[in-house]
Amino acid sequence: MVIDERKMASLAEATSREDVAGRSLWANARRRFFQNKAAIFGLCLLIFVVAFALFGNWLAAWNNSDIDYNVMGDRVASAPSFADGHYFGADDLGRDLFARTVQGTQISLLVGVIGTMIAVTVGTLYGAIAGYFGGRIDGFMMRLVDILLAIPYMFVLILLLVIYGRSIGMLFVGVGLISWLEMARIVRGQTLTLKNREYVEAARAIGVPSATIIRRHILPNLVGVVVVFATLLVPLMILTESFISFLGLGVQEPMTSLGALISEGAGTMNYGTLWQLAFPLFFFIITLFGFYFVGDGLRDALDPKER
Amino acid sequence: MIVYILKRLAIAIPTLLVLIVASFMLMHAAPGGPFTSERQVPPEVLANLNAKYGLDQPLWRQIVTYLWGIIAHFDFGPSFTYKDRSVNDIIAQGFPVTLTYGFLSFIAAVLVGVSLGVTAAIKRNTLLDYIAVGISIGAQVLPNFVMAPILVLIFTLTLHWLPGGGWSFDDPRFWIMPVVALSTSYMASIARITRSSMLEVLSSNHIRTARAKGLPSRKIILRHALKPALLPVISYLGPAFVSMITGSVIVDVYFTTGGIGKSFVDSALNRDYAVMMGITILLGTLTIFFNLVVDIIYGWIDPKIRY
Repeated sequence: MVIDERKMASLAEATSREDVAGRSLWANARRRFFQNKAAIFGLCLLIFVVAFALFGNWLAAWNNSDIDYNVMGDRVASAPSFADGHYFGADDLGRDLFARTVQGTQISLLVGVIGTMIAVTVGTLYGAIAGYFGGRIDGFMMRLVDILLAIPYMFVLILLLVIYGRSIGMLFVGVGLISWLEMARIVRGQTLTLKNREYVEAARAIGVPSATIIRRHILPNLVGVVVVFATLLVPLMILTESFISFLGLGVQEPMTSLGALISEGAGTMNYGTLWQLAFPLFFFIITLFGFYFVGDGLRDALDPKER
Repeated sequence: MIVYILKRLAIAIPTLLVLIVASFMLMHAAPGGPFTSERQVPPEVLANLNAKYGLDQPLWRQIVTYLWGIIAHFDFGPSFTYKDRSVNDIIAQGFPVTLTYGFLSFIAAVLVGVSLGVTAAIKRNTLLDYIAVGISIGAQVLPNFVMAPILVLIFTLTLHWLPGGGWSFDDPRFWIMPVVALSTSYMASIARITRSSMLEVLSSNHIRTARAKGLPSRKIILRHALKPALLPVISYLGPAFVSMITGSVIVDVYFTTGGIGKSFVDSALNRDYAVMMGITILLGTLTIFFNLVVDIIYGWIDPKIRY
């Protein structure tokens, strides 16, 4: 659950090195990525999870909100079985756990991806602007980030959710609000090195406006760092959302997320209905593993240094 | 050094003010006042109530009064839900519990994490290293809200060794599961960081010199390698502390320890804004103070840091 700052710094340096003649950075990276067994394994996990979220509903025999009165409240009958179409069993209200897990995975992935997209957009622009202009603007902008980073955001997020209603939209906003801070810091560091490069100096010398320099010369060179960091950020966003949903403060019924399902499963497991915990937990864990392995693999591919 | 500490303080104090003012404004912007209820209160009574709690004052004056109450008397005001208890009472009841297992978890995470990381680095590419790396990768996808149900499933429901919840200051059996659930994922992160930075330090020049000089390897590791290798660990302690404080909410709710986190979630569900704010500010202060301490320790250990 940690993104190692020094590794990110080393990565930033590696991706901003000027290309030696021959294969490009990305061609090399692609080759190395596909040689990394853990990364390929992570990629397979991710493909599986995404396929499950996208196409799971085609396989489901039940709708995620329909109640099966034949199995409701019956511990034996609600166990996983292929005969009645409850592949993952049913929850304590008789709803099909397979369909619920599909929905939970969808919501969790959505929160992860949207939170990360906000982080990428806001964080990259903020960091690039602070780093490029430097001086007092940079000092002020980064001081603000420092202050926001020192606040225990989870409490503020819960405060926000309670005051403005526990809707999924609010959850996206809340998660997005906090996700961009680290991204801004890393991007700013990278921009500081980039802006002293000859090509940026040349562009400035022939009078290219700052906005164009940032767009044409700085941003494209940030892609490596941003992609790696974004991949590692997705599981953190999923964790945040699951944390809030576990407390019952996140997504509300009839919607669900992996965190909410784990919470339900944990609440009922002492009645012997272990599948209610096991299946959501399984998908939660392989999703996190998938993102971690792919993120680590991407970083090692772009910054091949023996560790 | 003093300048450095003052500089850090110059960030810490505004952060605290921002936190307090922001949460106060959030609370104030919430729809409905604290005395809004289904029963219509006569306007005279409402006016009296508002006057008693100072809610008829302009916003800036309320903030100043609130701030002054905290600074001068350490008083967070009355609870809106429990008429006979103040926010201070609620905090005084739960905080010692949270502080106890939180402190133990933090110590456990650092001690076990660092020893695991150092051992893995010294015995690189042996079975021991693989086990340590395996544990730390596995524990990454086991955040507190996943660990807690799994622990209860194993140690309470299956083995009947430990109580599944509750709290007692006299009986350490109540402490074990909260501490393990809270510390595992941070232990894993600390182990990973320690291992990679230890490996880097062990291959550096001053260690080679020490070896060439013929120093015993225990001495090399303890005296020459550990200190620089711990720097990244120390900078991770700040964020780890923040998320551990956040994680204590899960522990309090899941293990019904009676800690402060449960009061926070309850007040969130009851919209008892005064309690939510009091706890947010208390934990925020703790976090900011801790970050300050970490920064000072870092500045003290790292000779490269510029004051």
